[in-house]
Amino acid sequence: MTRTRATYDDVVVTCPVTVPYVRYSIRGAHWFLAGALAQLLKTSGLTKDRLDGLCVSSFTLAPDSAVGLTQHLGLTLRWLDHIPMGGACGVVALRRAARAVQSGDADAVACIAGDTNHPNSFRLNLATFSQFARDAVYPYGSGGANASFAFLTAYYMRTYGVTREDFGKICVAQRANALEFPLALMKKPLTLARYLSARLIADPLRLYDCVMPCAGADAFLVLRRGEAEKLGLPYARILATIERHNAYPDDPIQYRGGWALDRDELYAQAGAGPQDIDVLSTYDDYPVITLMQIEDLGFCAKGEGADFVRRESFTADGSFPLNTSGGQLSAGQAGAAGGFVGLVEVIRQVTGQALGAKVPDARLGLASGFGMINYDRGLCSGAVILAAGN
Amino acid sequence: MTRPLVRPPRKNPVLRTRLPNLPPGTRSRVALGLTAAAARGRFELQVCRDCGTVQYPPREACRVCLSHRLDWRPQNGGGELVSETLLHHSNELFYRERMPWRLGLVKLDCGPLIVAHLHGDCAAAPSRVRVSLNLDRAGQAALVALPEKDTPNMADDRQLREMTCDPKFRKILITDAKTPLGQALVEAVVAAGADLVWAGHAEPWKKPPGFERLASIPQVSLVPLDLTNSRAVKDLAGEIGGRVDILINTADYHRNFGIASRDGIETARAEMDMNYFGMLRLAQEFAPAMRARGADGQSSAIAWVNVLSVFALANFPPHGTYSASKAAALSLAQCLRAELSPAGVRVINVFPGPIDDEWNQTLPPPKIAPARLAADIIAALRGGIEDAFPGDIAQDWLARWRDNPKALERELAAQQV
Amino acid sequence: MSEPILSQLIGALTGGHIRIVDLTQTLSPDFPQIVLPPEMGQAWPFRIEEASRYDARGPGWYWNNFSCSEHTGTHFDAPIHWISGRHLPDNSTDTLPVKSFIAPACVLDCSRESAANADFLLTVDFIKNWERRYGRIPTGSWVLMRTDWSKRTDPVAYQNIDETGQHTPGPDSEAVQFLVDQRQVLGFGSEAIGTDAGQAFHLKPPYPCHYFMHGSGRLGLQCLTNLDLLPPTGAVIIAAPLKIKEGSGSPLRVLALVPETTMAPKSRSAKRGSATSGKQRVERAKKTRR
Repeated sequence: MTRTRATYDDVVVTCPVTVPYVRYSIRGAHWFLAGALAQLLKTSGLTKDRLDGLCVSSFTLAPDSAVGLTQHLGLTLRWLDHIPMGGACGVVALRRAARAVQSGDADAVACIAGDTNHPNSFRLNLATFSQFARDAVYPYGSGGANASFAFLTAYYMRTYGVTREDFGKICVAQRANALEFPLALMKKPLTLARYLSARLIADPLRLYDCVMPCAGADAFLVLRRGEAEKLGLPYARILATIERHNAYPDDPIQYRGGWALDRDELYAQAGAGPQDIDVLSTYDDYPVITLMQIEDLGFCAKGEGADFVRRESFTADGSFPLNTSGGQLSAGQAGAAGGFVGLVEVIRQVTGQALGAKVPDARLGLASGFGMINYDRGLCSGAVILAAGN
Repeated sequence: MTRPLVRPPRKNPVLRTRLPNLPPGTRSRVALGLTAAAARGRFELQVCRDCGTVQYPPREACRVCLSHRLDWRPQNGGGELVSETLLHHSNELFYRERMPWRLGLVKLDCGPLIVAHLHGDCAAAPSRVRVSLNLDRAGQAALVALPEKDTPNMADDRQLREMTCDPKFRKILITDAKTPLGQALVEAVVAAGADLVWAGHAEPWKKPPGFERLASIPQVSLVPLDLTNSRAVKDLAGEIGGRVDILINTADYHRNFGIASRDGIETARAEMDMNYFGMLRLAQEFAPAMRARGADGQSSAIAWVNVLSVFALANFPPHGTYSASKAAALSLAQCLRAELSPAGVRVINVFPGPIDDEWNQTLPPPKIAPARLAADIIAALRGGIEDAFPGDIAQDWLARWRDNPKALERELAAQQV
Repeated sequence: MSEPILSQLIGALTGGHIRIVDLTQTLSPDFPQIVLPPEMGQAWPFRIEEASRYDARGPGWYWNNFSCSEHTGTHFDAPIHWISGRHLPDNSTDTLPVKSFIAPACVLDCSRESAANADFLLTVDFIKNWERRYGRIPTGSWVLMRTDWSKRTDPVAYQNIDETGQHTPGPDSEAVQFLVDQRQVLGFGSEAIGTDAGQAFHLKPPYPCHYFMHGSGRLGLQCLTNLDLLPPTGAVIIAAPLKIKEGSGSPLRVLALVPETTMAPKSRSAKRGSATSGKQRVERAKKTRR
């Protein structure tokens, strides 16, 4: 039975900002988060003392968490949250911030995510990622999620007849999108031939199935609509959101995610259906997960992803604009900012502020989040549907 | 099909020796329950006493009913291979040096989903597999999915060999080859495929029956070794230490006295000098080279075996000073294990019950025959376990000790010999 | 005025007219140690543990700690060592009169007989035959049984143990009693691992050399070497054990002073572990004579 939850009234999302991604940096996470905060203030015209809420996501902020940041950056707040949910942190941050603003617990909430990246960051972060990973995955050598997603990709190919060419089409399209996005790390075109013949990482995954970790930050502001209009800011309305953790725990392998459980509620709350979505951002740590989100969010049935991919085109001017700034696979994964990059791109597209290729007449956008491979599967899933505001 | 192991070519002495790296070795405390089981060659998982759910990865409360009452219980390891991958890239040095590496995702019949090392002979997913729990080169428990039925040369699988201490094509020092156990071990390791066996012997004027025969075995080289003589240990290490792949310390001084039954400390001191200080001398002289050779090709330094005694766990008062010397040796062996573990060299402690030899002559059966004990030691090496309790008495004492050590103390004190 | 007597001694030593012969085996962990049945308290073999060697344990010095029995290597037996001597006055290494430590020695050459028979027993007849050639054994002398056993440098041959035990030469019961009662000797010395023969357990009484010698306050010396360099008579033995409280014996340095004119031919010497060659000895002798 689909339940209908409270709407978001006049809470809006505005000021999508990005601290440009770099492959490596000697700076700490605080530098990138401060940069995002500074851009939010500059873009919005708010002074720092007008900000009374903050939501932070970062893997490399330790030993600090959000609290340390308040003193580090000179913030006095009424509302503070720290979202350690990896690729779902954007959607979840937006959900938290929206209810805070809606209830009056805060008036202006900055949602920021960012990380630094040193040459040894990736390896060090993996070693302490989660207890289950440390006890039951890391010792087996995969050094990250590669093995888990290789298992899933192989399973998907075997069970649903998805081919490497199908995954390749998604990656090639996202690269084409990235080439027009000024802040993308990947600058070279990617052909299907190059995708197929690239170096093996964990069979069947090859080089271009994997994201490139980098440093950077993304952020947005959550306000009342009245406040946004007073400041003269383009904004997007929040139509619907969902969130789920540890869905389908007894599935022998994660062939479906929490969106399958909650998508009816999402579309009911939005008063719209998959066919109404003009632009989609999926969490794309590996192309198989993008395919899973397309199915689980109702754009096609489970098991028909291959046909869908062969039918549609995914560039900004295509039949199904997907990850129009290139996604993580081509823009880069700046740690926790990977959970924001798709959401920030959807905000840009529906508010007419696209930095790269523009999706024509983008009025409804869906941003999906997924993350935290605690052991053998991603535990967090979420999605948000935004509508062009003004 | 696993290719059988072949004798490696001679090492090129001009090239640098590869140094040991280990797979990630950090585990939470609750996950060390797996290591405790693997150390004894068992596969155990937590089972909820209240709802029966089998748990994996190890955890602090039942994933279904939140009960704290989780008990480690043996599992049979049957399961279904759901998916697999062949790793070609890793951030971990150990695996980078051993690419490609096969991993599998297995749904165990008892419930949990596991990530495991995948033996080369396992059929592609979906297929039936048999999961075992081994100690990996870091000395921590790791799951290995094996083919459902044994395949030819199964033990020679490249990945499985990283978790075992196979004597095949290796060079082995047996510190006292004169005793019945020592002689049986020499024959057993030769039969297991060792290339060279140094048979240590002391007190050359003592010629026990059977010992002279060993010299005629082609792989065997008799070497003088008296573990109470620091200079002799050092000299032998200087000669052969850089070539020893497996060291089996069988040297043992055993008398049948408690405290009141013998005046003076001379006998107890002789027991300590051989059983405890002998191990210390041996470790000081032989461990450094073994530590450096933990990754030295196919015939690397791989294991150090101490023949202790089940008396090391709990004192047997009729052999009271002997028990104490074995307890001291056990503690030191744990120190040695910590010092050798960074090199991936496994310290295997063997705790037999009374061996059927002269110093246990008056103890009633069951007693373990030297040949049987030798076979159990070979099995411990091949299985890569680190705590072996061979024989019925050893198993009985171990069970009593784990159940209630104070009760065992009383039971042993009540025995008259 | 004639020189003071000890200056004459020193002069004779430096001038080479008196030679010093080392009758002592080198103390090392490889030297065989007497082995008793496993049920009995054992004598520790010589063991040595380095304490430092110009290293972190002691940068400027080298030293060792060692352990052994009182009866390890070339060693001295005091009367308290045996049950028959336990109640005698002044019977331990710390209470024995020091004049016992310097005494003349008679060397009885049994090397041929011992080579033919490892269980050779020295008899009264043999002693009397020797005395016919070399004169009566003086009161207060050491009697040293030369067997050339010290030339057995292989420890297995030196121990000479088989399924019936040890087989080494020694005196028979009557010979010992003769030496004690009829000749009032100071003590008995041998090259093998005991003063008694290896099979002396089976003599009457068992171990008669220990029994009668120590029972009458006499002394013992074992594991001697270089007896083949000594004259049958005329050598003076210096054998002073460590002054151990209630000691039953100790390893020690045994030296023989030998008139140069009576020394055995140099070519026959084969000191165990010796580093000097015959040629070097000749050179040294030439130097000291100058």
